[in-house]
Parts: sequence; structure tokens; C-alpha cells
Amino acid sequence: MDFSALNPVSLMVSLMIAATPVLLAAVGELVVEKSGVLNLGVEGMMIIGAIAGFAISVETSNPWIGMLAAMVAGAVLALIFGFITQFLLSNQVATGLALTLFGLGMAALLGQSYTGMKPPSTPHLDIPVLSDLPVVGPILFSHDPMIYMSIALVAGVWYFLNRTRGGLILRAVGENHDAAHSLGYNVVMIRMGAIAFGGACAGLGGAYLSLVRVPQWTEGMTAGAGWIALAIVVFASWKPWRLILGAYLFGGVTILQLNLQALGIGISAAYLSMTPYLITIIVMVIMSADRRRASINAPASLGRIFNASH
Amino acid sequence: MKFIPALAAAAALALGLGGSAIAQTKAGFIYVGPVGDLGWSYEHDQGRQAVVEAFGDAVETTYVESVPEGADAERVMTQMALGGADIIFTTSFGYMDPTLNVAAKFPNVKFEHATGYKRADNVSTYSARFYEGRHVIGLIAGRMTETNTVGYIASFPIPEVVRGINAAYLAAKSVNPDVQFKVIWVYTWFDPGKEADAANALIEQGADVIMQHTDSPAAMTIAEEKGIFAFGQASDMMQFGPTARLSSIIDNWGPYYVSRVQAVMDGTWASVDTWDGIAPGMVQIGAFSDRIPADVQAEAQVAVDAIAAGTLHPFTGPINKQDGSVWLAAGETADDGTLAGMNFYVEGVDGDLPN
Repeated sequence: MDFSALNPVSLMVSLMIAATPVLLAAVGELVVEKSGVLNLGVEGMMIIGAIAGFAISVETSNPWIGMLAAMVAGAVLALIFGFITQFLLSNQVATGLALTLFGLGMAALLGQSYTGMKPPSTPHLDIPVLSDLPVVGPILFSHDPMIYMSIALVAGVWYFLNRTRGGLILRAVGENHDAAHSLGYNVVMIRMGAIAFGGACAGLGGAYLSLVRVPQWTEGMTAGAGWIALAIVVFASWKPWRLILGAYLFGGVTILQLNLQALGIGISAAYLSMTPYLITIIVMVIMSADRRRASINAPASLGRIFNASH
Repeated sequence: MKFIPALAAAAALALGLGGSAIAQTKAGFIYVGPVGDLGWSYEHDQGRQAVVEAFGDAVETTYVESVPEGADAERVMTQMALGGADIIFTTSFGYMDPTLNVAAKFPNVKFEHATGYKRADNVSTYSARFYEGRHVIGLIAGRMTETNTVGYIASFPIPEVVRGINAAYLAAKSVNPDVQFKVIWVYTWFDPGKEADAANALIEQGADVIMQHTDSPAAMTIAEEKGIFAFGQASDMMQFGPTARLSSIIDNWGPYYVSRVQAVMDGTWASVDTWDGIAPGMVQIGAFSDRIPADVQAEAQVAVDAIAAGTLHPFTGPINKQDGSVWLAAGETADDGTLAGMNFYVEGVDGDLPN
């Protein structure tokens, strides 16, 4: 077995690209769940972001405007979910699933005239000297800016949740909405804000998929990435930094198994190809093995309907 | 995670199909991916549209897309049959057992299963001899690769896919003895993200020509971006790789679908096994790119013509199996039974075939 053909640098670069859509969607969903809302519509918001980002990028020839549009589109879709669950008090699980269906169908409709088009390319960072450094250059200094932004976003979310008053209020709403309400916080509006943020992040993750990772629009192209994002939030036990670990682990195993197959390693491809999912499940089992710890980490009001008149 | 759209579609279908009172022939189609995949399912839907065009109002067609292989497929077929379908086309290998199960419950409904090998009184099977197309693109790949490495994105280790790898490899090897195939199994028909990752992995491992047996044009897009070669699969895929695309294998289901629906209308439908190739036009070879040198184009065209004329069989001995045992003696050609159940690599293909 010749492992010298495995280039760790290019593996690292590929895994970051594979992990970023999931990471973006997961960090948004984490904030939503921290506010006590379970939005299972991540897949739908991602695919809407993918087509909105793609369409607007093609029309304006500017990938950044496209990504902005993807965030808006994801947020708008999320606000529909927010309106139905927060004001009409519908079941969050059912509404989230419906949102996924709606998003997939809507994206297919919107995307009809965009199949087979080429999006404007997203420029990569090219810092003189730094980008040319061996090993460190390609891994740290020559990505497209979205990869840095996704990590900065995780850092920002961590800071917001743990170091600011706003974050404390958001967590209070998620832990005990009745108590937060009695203290005078507007539970519904805080949750609407979190839901919109989650939608924007999922939309951005989708746009990354259609503009950078695959560069094309195809119906149903998220192919389950939204569900992986949901799993990674649980995997990370609602801690922002662990999202990076989860997403990169998932992306890393995905990329590594493809490369090992191309190398012709003697492990059956069937086993290699299930490893990303297997590892996700194993880690989730380990994380939730200690029931008390797991239940402490989950926001106490997660998925419960809040009714101010009670 | 495609079970949800399929369920909703099944429910919608149940509601939608109930009311019609006009005596029409109803034809149902079940696709494994979205019709907008611009690959496999897209071409089946082109076939459906050919039926619509041929019969107009006399035939009502319905389709459900993105139906997972397995229990959900059985549910969708049952709904279609209950909704009054006269003939149902199930267009993926994994629908085989579900099709047989549902067909047993609805003896008056005709079923047509693509790429399978199990038949019944009311179940026909049909497929295209894609391996004939694989032979042609294999020749081109063998001539065009400079790194002598061809990357192959494979879906599931079923005979259909294995046959394609073997046919392409043998053809490439015949014109380039140093050629090497690297195969990645992605275990999905349609996941553009994963297909793109696989293409990138193959390129990192030195491949400069990519072939695929998956349904989306993602690999073609990556080939275009990285400046290497690729072939359109199921559909032409020209628009995804204007400079990368060398040629393509195009599925042409329309004529078959029209003839089968006609047979139902005439009452002459019978269970048959159809396996057509380049000669009847079920498999088409897309236009050759200008980047292929003229002599290679001519060589490929000779192969196309010879296959169409029946004078060339892509599996002509001497061919050994991967373990070195003799499969075909010199001059012997493979019989359809062996081809239909092919579960081994030929000699020279690297790696173990997953089972």
C-alpha cells in the first residue's frame, strides 16, 4: 500500500470544503435550538439558499450578492416556519418537516431555468508570501473567504451565547420560556430572531454548496446535508466549538474514505463508505451514554410550545 | 433522506388520480432521482414526454420522482396501481423486488422494470446495452489520458455497473497497455456533493480522465474546473463541461416506451426481456469533441459502426477474470446470461470488487 499518494495538504483542503456547508447550517440551527425551538427544516432552507444564491449570482455575476440573497431567502423561509410555530402555535416537528418538503419543491420550481448554467467563480484568498508557504499556505491561507467566515461565525456565536447579555437572555428563553416571560422578555420575538438567523445560516450553507463545492445547480442537490447538520448539533451537545469538530470529522472521514478507495486500499468499499455515518452514530451514542449529562446540555424548553396566556 | 418527498408525492397521487372518468390509458413512471438531475432520471422523463407526444390525450402519464429503492417504492407503485394505472415503468435496479411484489397483487396492471432480471406474467424487464457505449468511451479514454490513469465514479456494485467498468477498461487497455483504472464506490445514484468530492479525490490521485456511473453532472463540472476530461453519462451533459466533455453515452428510452404503451392499448402486451444497444438506438454516442484528435475520432467511429453492425462485441476473448482464471477463450464472445449477472472484475482492474 502506497500511502505517499495521499497528500495530507490537499486532503485537508478538500475536507474543509466538504465540511463548510454543514458547519454553516449547523451553527445556525444551534442558535435556534438554544432559543428552545426545534426547526427540522434545515434541508429545505439549505436548498432554497442553494438556488437563490445560484440564481442571483448568475444574474448579477457576483457571488457575494448571491450569498447575501441566499441568506435572505433562507431567513424568509425560516420566518414562515417562525410565524406558524410561534404565532399559530403549531407543532414544531411537523412544521419543520413540512418546511423541508416545501423548500425542496420550491427550489426545484425556481431552479428550472438555471440547470446547466455556470456560476461566477468565487475568488480564493491569495496573500503574498503567506499563501505560498509550504503546507501551511494551502491549509491556512489560500481558501475562499467563506471558509474563514464559517469559523469566524462559530467564534461569534460562542462569544454571543456565553459572553453577552443578549446571549444569556436567548439561553434563558431556551431553558425556561415561562420564567423568561415572567421576567419581561418577549419570548416570541427573541425566538423569531433566532429562527431568522438559523435560516440565514442554512441558506448560506446551501449557497456554498451550489457556488463553491459543486459549482452548479441540480435539483435536490443538498442530498441530506441538512439532516447531517441537525445530527451535528446534537453531536456537539449544543456547544459551538464542538460543531467545528463534528463537521470537520464528518467531512474528513468522507474525503478520506474516497481517497482510500482511489488508492485501492484492501478494505471493502462498502465499509469505507459507511464510515462517516457510522462514526456520527457512534459518537452520538457515546455523547448521550450519560443520560444526566446529555439532558443537562439540551435546552430544557427545546421543541415545547410557548403560550403566554398560560 | 428522500423518503419524505416520496411519501408526500404518493399521497398527492392518491388524491389526484382518483377522479378521472374518461377511458384513457394511464401510464405511470417512477424515478429514483429528480427529473431535473440532467442524467438518468431526466432521460427517463424524456421518454415519458415522448409517450405524451405520440399519443396526446389518449394516454395520461404520471410520474413520481426521487423515490427511494425499497419499501417506499412499493408504496408508490401500489398507489399508482390503485389510481388506475394500466402500465407502470419502474426505472431503477433497486425497484426489482418491490416491482415483483406489487405486480403479484395487481395481475391486470403491466409492469416494466428497468435494468433488472426478474420477470413475471405481468412484469417485463428492459435495459440498454450501456457497455457498448462504455467500449467506445473506453477507447477514447485510453487514447486521451496522459497520466495513464482513468478515474471511475461507481454507484453500487451491481452487474450493470461492474459490466461498465470492465467494458471501458478492456477497451482502454486495448489501445493503451499502461492504462490504470481507479474506481471509487459512492453508494448512491444521486448526491452531487459526494460525486464532486469523489471526482476531486480521483484527480488528486492522478486521474486526468473521469468516467461516472452516477446520475448528476457534478463530476463533469469538477472536470471542467480542474481542466481534465470527462464523459457525459445517461445524458449529453455538454453544458456542464464545454471543454472537458469528450463524448457521452446517451440513453434513449422514448421509442421503447411508446411501443410498450402502444402494446397495452392494442392488448398485445406480453412479458418480454428487452436488451437493446447501439444498433436499435437505445444507446447513443454523443458527438465527439474537437479536442479528440481526428485519428482517434475515426477509430471510435469505426467501433461504433462495428458494434451497430454486429461485427464487434466489446467482450470478445481472450479475457481472463481478475484472479487470472480464463473467462473467454480467444475469439469467444460473452453470452447475455453471464453479462447480466457479471459480478467479477476482468484481469488488470485494480482493487477488490465490493459484494
